[in-house]
Amino acid sequence: MFTNRLVKLIVPITLLCVLGISSLIGCTPDHPMSTFDAKGPVAERQLSLFMMILWIATAVFVVVGGGLLYTIIRFRDKGDGFKPEQTHGNTKLEITWTVIPSIMLAVVAVPTVISQFYISSPPDGEDIRINVDANQWWWEIEYPESGVVTANEIHVPVGKAVGVYLTSPDVLHSFWVPKLAGKMDIVPGKTTYMWFQADEVGNYHGQCAEFCGESHAYMRFRVIVDTEEDFAIWQQSQLADAKTPDSDQEKQGATLFITKGCIACHSIKGVPAAAGIIGPDLTHVGSRGTLAAGIMDMTEQNLSDWLEDPNKSKPGNIMSKQGIAYTNEAMALTSGDISNLVAYLRALK
Amino acid sequence: MASIASAFSRPKYPVGIWNWATTIDHKKIGALYGITAFIFFLIGGLEALIMRAQLARPEHAMVTPEVFSQLFTMHALTMIFLGVMPLSAAFFNLIVPLMIGARDVAFPRLNAFSYWVYLFGAILLQSGWLLGGSPNSGWFAYAPLTATSFSPGSGMEFYAVGLGVLGVSSLAAAFNFIVTIINMRAPGMTLMRMPVFIWMTLITSFLLVTAFPVITVGLVELYFDRVFDFNFFNTQAGADPILWQHLFWVFGHPEVYILILPAMGIVSEVLPTFSKKPLFGYPVVVLSGITIGFMGWAVWSHHMFTVGMGPVTNSVFALTTMFIAVPTGVKIFNWIATMWGGSISMTTSMLFSIGFIFMFIIGGLSGVMHSIAPSDAQQQDTYFIVAHLHYVLFGGSILAVFSGIYYWFPKATGKLLNESIGKIHFWLTIVGFNIAFFPMHFLGMDGMPRRQATYAADMGWDLWNMVSTIGAFMIALSTLVFMHNFFRSLKKGEPSGGDPWDGRTLEWAIPSPPPEYNFVTIPTVTARDHFWEEKQLNINTPSDALEEEDGHGIHMPSPSYIPLVTALGLAVFGYGLIYSFAMAGVGAFVTVVGIYAWAMEPATAPED
Amino acid sequence: MEHKEEHTTTTGIDNRKMMIWVFLGSECMFFGSLIATYLIYFGRSLSGPGLEILDIPTTSVSTFVLLMSSFMMVMAYSSIAKGDVKKFRVWIMCTAILGATFLGFQYYEFTEFAHHYHLTPQTNLFGTTFFTLTGFHGAHVTVGVIWLITLFGYSFYRKEDLIRDDALNVDFLALYWHFVDVVWIVIFTVVYLIGVRAAGVG
Repeated sequence: MFTNRLVKLIVPITLLCVLGISSLIGCTPDHPMSTFDAKGPVAERQLSLFMMILWIATAVFVVVGGGLLYTIIRFRDKGDGFKPEQTHGNTKLEITWTVIPSIMLAVVAVPTVISQFYISSPPDGEDIRINVDANQWWWEIEYPESGVVTANEIHVPVGKAVGVYLTSPDVLHSFWVPKLAGKMDIVPGKTTYMWFQADEVGNYHGQCAEFCGESHAYMRFRVIVDTEEDFAIWQQSQLADAKTPDSDQEKQGATLFITKGCIACHSIKGVPAAAGIIGPDLTHVGSRGTLAAGIMDMTEQNLSDWLEDPNKSKPGNIMSKQGIAYTNEAMALTSGDISNLVAYLRALK
Repeated sequence: MASIASAFSRPKYPVGIWNWATTIDHKKIGALYGITAFIFFLIGGLEALIMRAQLARPEHAMVTPEVFSQLFTMHALTMIFLGVMPLSAAFFNLIVPLMIGARDVAFPRLNAFSYWVYLFGAILLQSGWLLGGSPNSGWFAYAPLTATSFSPGSGMEFYAVGLGVLGVSSLAAAFNFIVTIINMRAPGMTLMRMPVFIWMTLITSFLLVTAFPVITVGLVELYFDRVFDFNFFNTQAGADPILWQHLFWVFGHPEVYILILPAMGIVSEVLPTFSKKPLFGYPVVVLSGITIGFMGWAVWSHHMFTVGMGPVTNSVFALTTMFIAVPTGVKIFNWIATMWGGSISMTTSMLFSIGFIFMFIIGGLSGVMHSIAPSDAQQQDTYFIVAHLHYVLFGGSILAVFSGIYYWFPKATGKLLNESIGKIHFWLTIVGFNIAFFPMHFLGMDGMPRRQATYAADMGWDLWNMVSTIGAFMIALSTLVFMHNFFRSLKKGEPSGGDPWDGRTLEWAIPSPPPEYNFVTIPTVTARDHFWEEKQLNINTPSDALEEEDGHGIHMPSPSYIPLVTALGLAVFGYGLIYSFAMAGVGAFVTVVGIYAWAMEPATAPED
Repeated sequence: MEHKEEHTTTTGIDNRKMMIWVFLGSECMFFGSLIATYLIYFGRSLSGPGLEILDIPTTSVSTFVLLMSSFMMVMAYSSIAKGDVKKFRVWIMCTAILGATFLGFQYYEFTEFAHHYHLTPQTNLFGTTFFTLTGFHGAHVTVGVIWLITLFGYSFYRKEDLIRDDALNVDFLALYWHFVDVVWIVIFTVVYLIGVRAAGVG
């Protein structure tokens, strides 16, 4: 039944089907962290390199795997007592299958090295610079040219080369926004560098990609790519002092922010008492789309849950370990406290 | 002096637990390694199942992130150091002397010592679970997360001391096998007549000797930082955390070749036997192994493509990594050419070896994808890497180990493993394995980072995580099938005789199981596959007939308490380094006494 | 009962001799990694004492002492290989004494650094790397000295073990001792001589 011709046909067809189907189902560019949805030159370059090697690898797999399958079917023991010839080797074959892969690799090496240099620094220089200071388990972002300081949400103008300068006061982290660029690790004691450019307006997901401790899985961030006008507007508003509280709820919240010890870790520009540098700057926290380092959307319910029990949303986080509202029974937040604080914080746009 | 020594008489236990505790017979030590390693393989597997259960669903809280980080740390440490490496050691022990025509290894007591140190080191490492915390910073333990300020508790001391103790075991074994292979071959067995498995053992041993001291230095530095406040990785004092990464990976990359070369050796023995043809391109396969051994030292920074070493360094390591694929590919082609034109019997052992080749092609290709440094910036620290490493370590090493078990179980026990159950084991394993790990390629390219206790629900990662978990449980099922086969066959397996597979190498020329002295007369070897050649010329005595001769006059080394005692001293020393320097002193004292006793005890007791 | 075959090795070299060479190979990697760490952190201490506190003249004396001990070791091996146990005892004891003297110098140096210059392993990168590297070397010398004294003891109670197989047991110790000496020469050159020059404090 297994004639050689049939086998020669079936084997590669099966392999191709398996691979074809898996690539179709494996390729999901609409997912938020997909590397197949490159939206900038760095990610595009990295993706095109990957696609090139993917095709080559697929071809190699079909040829070699197919050869293997064919061999074991064709030369299986047919129970006829066949005694194979005791071949020991073939020099020509050895040379061929050493040289051909070497040449293939040498060919692949060229775009590899070129691209390595391309992704290491922007070919036409930086348009804008951001300093990212990665902490356990949140991101501080500083725009040295304008003076903006924020946390966990980066805004950049579309179509501009962004130079990212990465530091950390504690442990290794890694800055990764798959749709814009491959990752760069963050090493305490030095500054590492990467660049990216976003060619399409949008909201991009990022995650820490180097194990950094208990809450590593909860250290995420967003990169919001604005039009140039929107970016300028955002920048202006970020430079302003915090909005003063309007309603009674907000005013109560503002007071609680001080009395419940939030100021030990958090800053709010325009509130002299709030000058803490251990945690994220909250001057404009209400304007951010997510909270607690990108793990939940900024909604009233989520912010309430977060303030009630930070450890539930983000096991291991520092706020529940150091905030006196969480370590000192006498200072615990009542549900009334929480609604006031939520109102205050959400108003800090 | 002599009277003191004679006060401690040599052990003489024909059977029982003390027989095993004082044995210096390579075959028994091989069995000890094999059983112990398999138990730890099961523990590592359990750790994996818990992780997969946790990750089957998004935002799952089955285990806390702290426990999860201990799980992924211990899973890797257990599988690599307590599972795969000792499984390789089991084969080295059982097979190397038989294949080279020797009666035992060069240093039988050192051999036993290696095993006991492995056992105690393994217990030490695992005991963290019960003693207040396992290591939790990953098996790679990157600084500065491993500093006391970021990882309080004694978990990282268990890591440093545990791996240090295990290193002693590996080094001792490596010394032993290098000397055995170079110096104890049967007359006429030149280097180029040695079976490929022996070559791979030799290269692996050289890699062990040169790589383990490097990680030992790293572990010492980590230990000193944590316990004595040294500054090796203290960024406040100007230290560079990347130093740890370099030390770790200069060891770590040769380590992965240590994990795969023995597997390649096993496959290089199984394929020719069941194809009824010699290995195609023997000199080239040997040379490829040697090349891989050397080139393996030139690629380590491909684990560090994203730490900011600069485009020149990244490019250099990208190129060296790409080119190490060449000798690997050459081996694969030679294996296929071995089967070409042969008469292939699809025994379970053969199925596993063929499965190895398939899985290794995939794992090797994904490795080449990683070598392309710019793209690796997207793949590094994602499930794409997890997929790659499991294709080469499980699809590679573990499948080859199973192939070796089905192949050499008869030699060790005199019984065959059941072939029908074996085939079920094989198919369950390979299908379950691919279901568990192929989707991880997708998850990685879809942006899922590794070493995360959980993931958000709106990432689109739910489906493949669930599929992967199902595959993991299939692997667990396949392992149970294997265990059933193993125990059943031990009890009532079909007798195998000395040469059940019509084998090619010397171990099949003696009875199964072999007598204590292995060979009645050490053969004089005249060719590669000497035993096969003799069979073709009908000049070899069937091995079963040899049982009628006895081994009178063959002096074997005598059993000894000393390896066990010395290893125990080392274990106490290890615990002392974690808990109390007084205890460390006691342990060191016992070790030193053991060493002196060892030096003064003759290898063979005068009365034997 | 007669032995059925001789105990020859494939290369003609004794198994234990081969093993000690392999062991020394692993030791090269060990010290190599420690030296690499030292070199990587060379000149990168943020504060605290540096190479200026190294006392080259005194350390040259201790280096000479260690080199002389290697010479004594050669003489010890030569004596026992000829079967002269009495001379062996003298030479091996001299080797041990010189080795211990070297350790004495090192003890002096360590305490001077700690008490007078306030340099400990905890002080800065130089302290950490210097003490670890030279400390491990000193530990190897200590093991060697204990081994030497042990063989001195053997010369009274287990003479046959010393003389057997061309004094193989002494040969091992000699190889180990010379290796430890060579490592010191590398350390002395890299840390003391070249290092001081490179740091511009010599």
